[in-house]
Amino acid sequence: MASIGTGYDLSVTTFSPDGRVFQIEYAAKAVDNSGTVIGIKCKDGIVLGVEKLIASKMMLPGSNRRIHAVDRHSGMAVAGLAADGRQIVARTKSEATNYERTYGEPIPVKELADRVASYVHLCTLYWWLRPFGCGVILGGYDRDGPQLYMIEPSGVSYRYFGAAIGKGRQAAKTEIEKLSLSEMTCRQGVVEVAKIIYGVHDEAKDKAFELEMSWVCDESNRLHQKVPDELLESAKAAAKAALEEMDAD
Amino acid sequence: MTSVEGLLVCEQDSQRTLSPYVTGTSVIGIKYKDGILMTADMGGSYGSTLRYKSVERMKSIGKHSLLGASGEISDFQEILRYLDELIKYDDMWDDGNSFGPKEIHNYLTRIMYNRRNKFDPLWNSLVLGGVKNGQKYLGTVSMIGVHFEDNHVATGFGNHLARPILRDEWKEDLSYEDAVKLLEKCMRVLLYRDRSAINKLQVAKITEEGVTISQPYSLKTFWGFNAFQNPSKGAEGTW
Amino acid sequence: MFRNQYDTDVTTWSPQGRLFQVEYAMEAVKQGSAAIGLRSKTHIVLASVNKANSELSSHQKKIFKVDDHIGVAIAGLTADGRVLSRYLRSECINYSFTYESPLPVGRLVVQLADKAQVCTQRSWKRPYGVGLLVAGLDESGAHLYYNCPSGNYFEYQAFAIGSRSQAAKTYLERKFESFMDSSREDLIKDALFAIKETLQGEKLTSSICTVAVVGVEEPFHILDQKTIQELIESFEIREEEVADQGAAMQEQSPEAAPMDI
Repeated sequence: MASIGTGYDLSVTTFSPDGRVFQIEYAAKAVDNSGTVIGIKCKDGIVLGVEKLIASKMMLPGSNRRIHAVDRHSGMAVAGLAADGRQIVARTKSEATNYERTYGEPIPVKELADRVASYVHLCTLYWWLRPFGCGVILGGYDRDGPQLYMIEPSGVSYRYFGAAIGKGRQAAKTEIEKLSLSEMTCRQGVVEVAKIIYGVHDEAKDKAFELEMSWVCDESNRLHQKVPDELLESAKAAAKAALEEMDAD
Repeated sequence: MTSVEGLLVCEQDSQRTLSPYVTGTSVIGIKYKDGILMTADMGGSYGSTLRYKSVERMKSIGKHSLLGASGEISDFQEILRYLDELIKYDDMWDDGNSFGPKEIHNYLTRIMYNRRNKFDPLWNSLVLGGVKNGQKYLGTVSMIGVHFEDNHVATGFGNHLARPILRDEWKEDLSYEDAVKLLEKCMRVLLYRDRSAINKLQVAKITEEGVTISQPYSLKTFWGFNAFQNPSKGAEGTW
Repeated sequence: MFRNQYDTDVTTWSPQGRLFQVEYAMEAVKQGSAAIGLRSKTHIVLASVNKANSELSSHQKKIFKVDDHIGVAIAGLTADGRVLSRYLRSECINYSFTYESPLPVGRLVVQLADKAQVCTQRSWKRPYGVGLLVAGLDESGAHLYYNCPSGNYFEYQAFAIGSRSQAAKTYLERKFESFMDSSREDLIKDALFAIKETLQGEKLTSSICTVAVVGVEEPFHILDQKTIQELIESFEIREEEVADQGAAMQEQSPEAAPMDI
């Protein structure tokens, strides 16, 4: 890497001669090494899915969550350093709550994404902080319908139909592009996301993983909730079956 | 402004409730066989003027609790906002733990007592009932932070007019129907003797299954009692 | 001495997206004497190895009571551990003041982890150099968590941290699947055996270990030395019979990347 040893890559507040901030790019590397995180927008809501890598078999299933509720109608999935992610989650919760305290209605997803992005961006502006080592996908439902945003360590935030971060993001994005999201219900979306996560998981390189999923959709009364167990199990089964079929070919 | 107050605090930075504006009257809560029943009328008095007639003074708090309030309606609404946030954060953990009536009751006590110590009380008497893990809970908090649990509680005038009846007639295993009858008996007495009470009330129920708050309804009344014929009799000069 | 130019500052990312200062702090946990924890449906047992620095000194306390329903065992910088224990205690007491009920363990652990995370993102701070095994009981059952300097936390059925903890981990990994239904006594026994694994042949006595229990109807408490000695002796008889089969010793496999992301 040309950046190493130049001295331009040691602080967030240093630009390199060609106008880059290397520390932000390095932070993004931490996200790229993490388990894959996917979000899709279906016609009736949002589905979030995480490939949660398990380090030890003595660890309990369901522990160390990567999807968090941040308001009644929105949830956030974290890729990268989970500890950094919780900091963003905490800020998101308080932004959502503060908005509602002031205006008496739930915060619109766009506004929430903007505020979170500003917070993430803030950490790229001072030499005494470091950028967050995580990217987040924010899904929510407001009067304009379901919306999906992704916020990166640099503080940029875009709205998506489907988003993926982490190790398997390239392959996952390719798979998401094949879906006809605008005709799909979340119930179908859950199965598709499960298939993609199982598909991009690199069994040879990576340890065991757990599929963690949530949704915000009409079926969940527009509340952010964990995907119901029976649906998650059937999605997993479908994903495994699809994998085997692929292997057989 | 009195001179003493002027000496103690600066006028601009101290705005406190010195008296309530729109108030609700008594709330009564009792334990019964399957849980807790609570009742309150829907009046909102502006001083002594009965100004609002459909104020809901009982609300569910999370899955396991029910809150009823008398006193300043706006303060009650503020308390509901606090509790909404509390419950929202509790729910967002989604970890199998949740606030039960005991936790909410104690939290409210802390808030009420804290505000009274700032000489800025929330002007309410609150009744908190609930059921969690098969355990019935009924308690009350006043605007100065006095709190206790009991099998039946009442606020305001209810303390004087309803609780004596409850002490005589309340039983641990009251059926739902009998419990409602008992509450209605209390509410009727209050309607007759409490000038702030109105004949439009709700009954709220909380059991292991959850909260149901009834549609507003009225009690049958009979105004032909002798004692009602000449109300000023025996109280010459006061009316 | 220095691995590279990116490893002296918590706020500097390495080109590979790593935080060396945080990873070094995790090393401090491995330097400390071992601590282990394991849980059943109703009980959690914590145990630690006590190492005195000199013949003339006592050892440092490594297991702390936080509240009636929570206790911690630490490995790494004991001073940091005590600071964090005090934090945990005050959070518990504040919670019971406000709600008159015990603070759920899982929530306490997140607060602790969030506190640790902050130290990994400010240039004027350093990460805590201590790992904590947090054992507790609440509405949702018995829990055992591991909190580390990176601000990560994990929930385990059984876990070991500190020096030579790999040997204890190997022991626990062989048996953890049955722990859920273990009795309190079996749990303590497995704790002592796991501790023994970390001693590398040194004799296990009550003076070099501490054991604590928390469970249903049993507030967190540290077992007294006499009880532990009696337990050790009662186990030893049977253990000698097994000794011939050759206890699986540490293979000291290089640990997984210290900071699990």
